[in-house]
Amino acid sequence: MAKYVTQRVLLMLMTLLIITCMCFVLIRMLPPAELPLNDIHTQVIEARREAQGYNKPYMVQFGIFLKNVITKWDWGVSDKLYFGSDVAAKFAEKLPATIFVNLYSILLSIPLGIALGIFAALKKNTWIDYSISTLTMVVISVPSFVFAFLIQYFLSYKLGWFPFLMKEGTNYLSWSMFVSMLPAVLSLSFGVIASFTRTTRAELTEVLTSEFMLLARTKGLTKTQATVRHALKNCMVVVLPAILGEFIGIMSGSLVIEKIFAVPGVGGLYLNAINGRDYPIFIMVSCFYTAVSLLAGIVIDISYGFIDPRIRMGSKK
Amino acid sequence: MSVQNMQNHMDYEHIPAEKFAFTQLDTNIHDKKLETKSRGYLADAFLRFKQNKSSLVAAVIIIILLLFALVSPIISPYSINDKDPVFNSFPPYLSSVAEKNWGILDGATTHGSQNDLSLSYWKGIAEETGMNPVLRILDVTTTYVKYRGQDKASNTYTLETNRYFENGIVYRVFKYSEYEAIQKWQNETGIQVIYPYVEPKDICDIADNPNIWYQVKDGKGTPVLDDDGNFIPAYSTNAAIEGGEYNSLRIEGDDGSYIYSAKKSGAVQCRVCYYNYYIYVNGHEPMYLFGTNSLGQDLFGAIGTGARFSIIFAILVSAINLTIGAIYGSIQGYYGGRIDLTMDRISDILSGMPFIVCTTLFQLHLGQKVGVVPAFLFAFVLTGWIGMAALTRKQFYRFKGQEFVLAARTLGASDRRLMFKHIFPNALGTIITSCALIIPSVINSETQLTYLGIINLQEFAGTSIGTLMSQGQVAMTTAPHGMFFPSLFVSLLLISFNLFGNGLRDAFNPSTRGVED
Repeated sequence: MAKYVTQRVLLMLMTLLIITCMCFVLIRMLPPAELPLNDIHTQVIEARREAQGYNKPYMVQFGIFLKNVITKWDWGVSDKLYFGSDVAAKFAEKLPATIFVNLYSILLSIPLGIALGIFAALKKNTWIDYSISTLTMVVISVPSFVFAFLIQYFLSYKLGWFPFLMKEGTNYLSWSMFVSMLPAVLSLSFGVIASFTRTTRAELTEVLTSEFMLLARTKGLTKTQATVRHALKNCMVVVLPAILGEFIGIMSGSLVIEKIFAVPGVGGLYLNAINGRDYPIFIMVSCFYTAVSLLAGIVIDISYGFIDPRIRMGSKK
Repeated sequence: MSVQNMQNHMDYEHIPAEKFAFTQLDTNIHDKKLETKSRGYLADAFLRFKQNKSSLVAAVIIIILLLFALVSPIISPYSINDKDPVFNSFPPYLSSVAEKNWGILDGATTHGSQNDLSLSYWKGIAEETGMNPVLRILDVTTTYVKYRGQDKASNTYTLETNRYFENGIVYRVFKYSEYEAIQKWQNETGIQVIYPYVEPKDICDIADNPNIWYQVKDGKGTPVLDDDGNFIPAYSTNAAIEGGEYNSLRIEGDDGSYIYSAKKSGAVQCRVCYYNYYIYVNGHEPMYLFGTNSLGQDLFGAIGTGARFSIIFAILVSAINLTIGAIYGSIQGYYGGRIDLTMDRISDILSGMPFIVCTTLFQLHLGQKVGVVPAFLFAFVLTGWIGMAALTRKQFYRFKGQEFVLAARTLGASDRRLMFKHIFPNALGTIITSCALIIPSVINSETQLTYLGIINLQEFAGTSIGTLMSQGQVAMTTAPHGMFFPSLFVSLLLISFNLFGNGLRDAFNPSTRGVED
């Protein structure tokens, strides 16, 4: 196991390095932002650019960039959007909003999704199962911003339950903040609920018809006992890694939802960095997204191995 | 009894030869032909597909939506570049349906907190132009306010009005030539565009409200009513300020003394009924089946225009990804071993790149050089084929060890022949069905990116569904239809494509029925 995990982690790091390098070079190839003429920051930023080797070959620049990131966690200075401020600090400021919104969303949707999935599987081929499955299908197909629109129009505008946009400020644990996050949380939840319902249902229906379930019943367990102790446990082999992946994924969030509800998170920062051509921020957020998606993938794969030692995801045997 | 039985038996043993006859001499004897028709793989799959009712409905909906995308920009009298500065964020309207009073397509907008004064203002428009903006009164609340020691009742109304009639009369300044052209048009069609002029000095110096044509008491526009409760006209008969000669339709009750225009430095200023003026300018009544968006575009045609691009683009992307993925996956799966491992690393690295980052980079680098759409296409193709390659690879692993492949190899078939003539056709069903599922995912991504504004297709395709949605969101509270129709269209399209794809998959691979991955 240890060897497998190390192998996977090293492979991931290599992938991350290559993608970072590609993004870095591609972004550096674009002309850097023009700096304002009479600003105290201008000279500082120019000096920094010189130190970062802006006129040297790209691979040298990448080396300097990597060294700064690894030794000093220095991701550069924003030269357009938040003129003169440290990118890493700005990013750290934006991260909590994204994490909170997504955390609430999955805390709400994972139990609900799994419960619906179990319910549908137990009532297989009844109208309950059919309606849950159809609804799941519809929810998965419809893009999340359609739900966001429906929630914003009906719950926020027509009924007035929630504010239109997320409240400003950083007091994420206050009640009013929580209420203002709810529309975004709900819009994000639909998709997660549906995907968990689908996974759980598919897995559980398969497990329920397997032979060990028959054995469990013949040795005298009641249906509930057999389902809870044997079927659910086996179904979790697939569901649990998905939950872990979802928890890693909360950091990247959803660009669209963050834009609609004005969540002051990473997605908004990324969009602003693109529109404002702020490349230091753009590099950092791109690396972050890459790292999160790779991390989610590897956590899912490795957790399969921990939950069911027979499975080695991603190995070629 | 027994003797007779015996005799019968004897009869069968000694049958004379002449009692035999040939049944057939001229036809060949062969096995009976199969009664049922033999059924191929495709026909079999089609039969299974037909049994799946939901997929069949989805297929019908897809066809309807495709037809809509094809036809709506042609039907719509407006092109995508027509941006009406006045009719923007207006609700759906079609005059022939609105006349029937069914409550649909009548341009209805709800106005809250309207008082008696605004009601008389609407009435003024209705009486003068003959087009009543008020469709129905939804709610009346009466409040009593103490006024000089007495209870004074005042009503507050919630109304539904036809937004297309709300403009009523507007001021327009015309050159003399145009002024005459309108008069000529009026004479030909009998539609009154120009209404008699009202001098501000006659209506308590109200100069910014062309809809007041009656005598008023104050600057707010409270009307002076005659004994029957009717408006008293305040049309000007002051020939000294008349802008130009008027030889056309006159309104009812005009004895020929009303003036229809006022001088305005080398031109004439008129009071113009906006709805009829619109007909004069455009040649037809406003016809917005889905309403207009915040730019004043016709949503009916715009959705079709955007959908055309989305669908063609999605089909193009899936065709390219299918080709690249199938070739890549075939090589991977067929050769296996080190080649497979190396190629897998490459696709691993590419798939690690978040799609959004990839799209943005392509847009920044290539957007200017090769155009927005090719850059967008590259972004989709760069990572899009990986799923298809993995699928093909899996199928190849399944089939490459089977006897028919060994047999073909023994007979001397080349690698390429084995791959594409023997193994690939077996994997085709799976690959084609997953293609039907790629289309909705491409449409979804495209809508999201255009919604976010990362990709701007307006120059190339006129508009796109995502752009329409983001424009609709600007005026969401006042004009929800601007968001509703694009959302409805894209949701229907995606749901039915997914249902259709699932149905196809079940039909082609009956073993995976009900398993969703």
